[in-house]
Amino acid sequence: MMADSGPKEVAVIGNTELTSAELDNNIKNTMVEIEKGTSLLRKLEISVAEAEKRTGKNTVNMQEIYTVYLIETRPVDALTEGITPDSLWRRYSEFELLRNYLLVTYPFVVVAPLPEKRAEIVWHKLSADNMDPDFVERRRVGLENFLHRVASHPVLCNDNIFNIFLTEDKDWKEMVYETGFQAKADSRLKAVNAAFRVKNPDGRFTELKHYSDELQTVLSQLLRVRARVADRLYGVYKVHGNYGRVFSEWSAIEKEMGDGLQSAGHHMDAYAASVDDILEEEEHYADQLKEYLFYTDALRAVCRKHELTQFELEMVALDLACKKQQKEELVTGTVRTFSLKGMTSKLFGQETAEQREAKLQVLEQQLKEGEEAVKEKNTESDEFVKTAWVDIERFKDQKDRDLKEALISYAVMQISMCKKGIQVWTNAKECFNKM
Amino acid sequence: MSRTIDAVVSPTQTNTIPADISGQMLDLDEDDDLEVFSKDLTLADGNMFNASMPTSPGSMVNQCKFEEDEESDSKDIFITVDNPESHVTAIETFITYRVLTKTTRSEFDNSEYEVRRRYQDFLWLKGKLEDAHSTLIVHPLPEKFVVKGMVERFNGDFIETRRKALHKFLNRIADHPILSCSEDFKVFLSAQAWELTTYKKQGPGFLSRMGETVRAVANSVRGVKNRPEEFTAIQEYVEDFSNKIGSLDKVTQRIVKEQKEYLEELKEYGPTYTLWSGSEEELAEQLKGVAGCIERCCKETEEQVGHLSDTLVPVLHEYVLCAETLKAVLRRRDNIQAEFEAKNEALATKKVDRDAESSDLGFVWGSLLGKNPEEARHQRQERLDGEIEELKEEIDKLEDRVEWANNALKGDWGRWQRSMRGDLKSAFLSTAEKNVDYYEKCLAVWETFLLSQRTEPSEETDRDNTP
Repeated sequence: MMADSGPKEVAVIGNTELTSAELDNNIKNTMVEIEKGTSLLRKLEISVAEAEKRTGKNTVNMQEIYTVYLIETRPVDALTEGITPDSLWRRYSEFELLRNYLLVTYPFVVVAPLPEKRAEIVWHKLSADNMDPDFVERRRVGLENFLHRVASHPVLCNDNIFNIFLTEDKDWKEMVYETGFQAKADSRLKAVNAAFRVKNPDGRFTELKHYSDELQTVLSQLLRVRARVADRLYGVYKVHGNYGRVFSEWSAIEKEMGDGLQSAGHHMDAYAASVDDILEEEEHYADQLKEYLFYTDALRAVCRKHELTQFELEMVALDLACKKQQKEELVTGTVRTFSLKGMTSKLFGQETAEQREAKLQVLEQQLKEGEEAVKEKNTESDEFVKTAWVDIERFKDQKDRDLKEALISYAVMQISMCKKGIQVWTNAKECFNKM
Repeated sequence: MSRTIDAVVSPTQTNTIPADISGQMLDLDEDDDLEVFSKDLTLADGNMFNASMPTSPGSMVNQCKFEEDEESDSKDIFITVDNPESHVTAIETFITYRVLTKTTRSEFDNSEYEVRRRYQDFLWLKGKLEDAHSTLIVHPLPEKFVVKGMVERFNGDFIETRRKALHKFLNRIADHPILSCSEDFKVFLSAQAWELTTYKKQGPGFLSRMGETVRAVANSVRGVKNRPEEFTAIQEYVEDFSNKIGSLDKVTQRIVKEQKEYLEELKEYGPTYTLWSGSEEELAEQLKGVAGCIERCCKETEEQVGHLSDTLVPVLHEYVLCAETLKAVLRRRDNIQAEFEAKNEALATKKVDRDAESSDLGFVWGSLLGKNPEEARHQRQERLDGEIEELKEEIDKLEDRVEWANNALKGDWGRWQRSMRGDLKSAFLSTAEKNVDYYEKCLAVWETFLLSQRTEPSEETDRDNTP
């Protein structure tokens, strides 16, 4: 399983079937979660149970078909038998809205990604069509996983908007907009500007940014190659199906060899068919990697926020330093650097004492304000670094755990594939022996 | 004394026969010689050495035995084809192969021969064997060119594939109870290059061979009228078999192609895990482990594809060619029967002619020349009678020929089916075994990795057997 799934009643969570390895891991994860403190999932079962197609009019008043997902919630302590869960339908776009809200409201959190909006990096047998039932199903699993991630996050799980998202249908959108989160969002331009001009970002964040870039590159490449390998494997297996057909036809004209050929042909058909299940399982593995590929965006977002905060601090500090220097110049009457003031005073004569006094007072005020601002920004920056780094450590642990498990499950898949291969070819060998 | 030693050898060995066989050959005494004679047909019959059509097919039928056990107990001729060498002359470049023969047969002067032969020589041999035994099934030769793959004639793989096929070709002939007794075969194995050239020039001249060809074409146009049911059945089988084996050949080649492409992608896959491991701390070791597993699976895949190409592909291809050979053999048999039928019809016509009372041109001529009509008719009767007698003799011979051809084919047909079954069965068996082996090796690779990851035993590893 990709997320901490909390309680042992794992069977109720969505439509996923778990292998014993996953069950083991769920239990381990639960232990970890209990140690860490309360999470929403301990109290509430959440699942994205179904997906349905709806038609409606979109913003430009055109007919469109879209998919909605059924979110079911049920308290854990209530007796599970006979209590129907609360449920409501949500579209993908609502999930996006929720996530954007969380990103802005908790910029120090590495917020879990949503599953792909459109199917990319697919191997050709898998449809890239958004309406394809397999894609919809995988997306359903991905959305459920997203909700689990958020619900098990120590900070995010307490968010009001998130809780209402799970339970109340009406007016949720309005509520989100009312929080005014959109205004709080930093403009992309500001962030990029800060990234270029910041002087002393915390080294750990710089390193983290590099790491997330590397991870994105390598995971993209890995997923692409994996898709190509899957494609080729599909080809190899499916061509063997032709053996099935030809053996069967050939067996009709042979006397001694007939039986052996006929049954060997059946095994070849079985071999060809087996690849579908093999690759479907592998698709789950690919989805696990994809989640972390998309996580890199969240990591970069946190780094950008740090750079922005740090940059603003630096700007404010620079401004303060500037003002201090101005005051000094005013007080001592020296103009150390070339300034317009210096020029104008030369041209138009020195200011009067009152003028200077006025200016000094303004500067003093500005200095006071500036120092306040610096203190504020400093605290803000420190707070951010502290809270962000806590969450980053949490994320790193989660990532290592999840990916370690994913790699193990990949090995398990390979083993299963090999065992199937051994069985089929051993059977075929016996049939050939009878020829 | 048994001589049941297998002669399947590898190309790299030059000493192909185990030492003890040589020992046996030196220890030959009278009895062994006689054993060879009586078991392996009457080689003393001078007719067997005749390169042209046997004149007494009847005696040949009696002498040739198609018993299976002969082949397994008394293999007395061992041939290897190896050591390809390139020869450059002013006009052309060509490859010769060393043909090494070790034999205990008495019609060979020596017990060992080493000669060099080129593809053309093999073609010649095949042609001679087919001419002499038109309804026996001669194992096919590898093709002249492989147009599909645009393979050069002097490419290493091509030469090796061809060498193996030529080796098989000669050994199949050596195993054949009738074909191995052919004088042409003997000459092929033993004559020096210039001797062979001289020998090749003998035999029926160009014109007589043309005549044969023309007759054959005429007969095939005419078609056979009363083909025995069993040969029709064989022909239908051959048609179907040809289709099936052709399909199998294509499917197998396609599998090889797909597997190779899979391998290419797999080779790029492992390194991405290694690349990733460079960015990770906790996961680095595991990622390198996965990369290692994939690399090892790559090697196994390469081996598996190689095996497929070396074992299954050539055999299937051989039998595609066999199917064509079979069709040709059936055609030739049909032609022989057609010729016989044609002569029979001619006889019937002549008889009708002779018994005809009506006047004919000859009669008219005779009367013009002043002959007595009675006399003329009598003369004509005599002439026709003579022709009829001639025809009857020819027909007898042709009837024998048909019978011999049919028997030869029937006998060889059973033989061919057995070796086809044997060859294809063992090729498919070998492929299946290799595939099992391939998956077992890959399984071991991943299980080892899994074991290294689990710090405590879980349900998964408990189920698996530790290798």
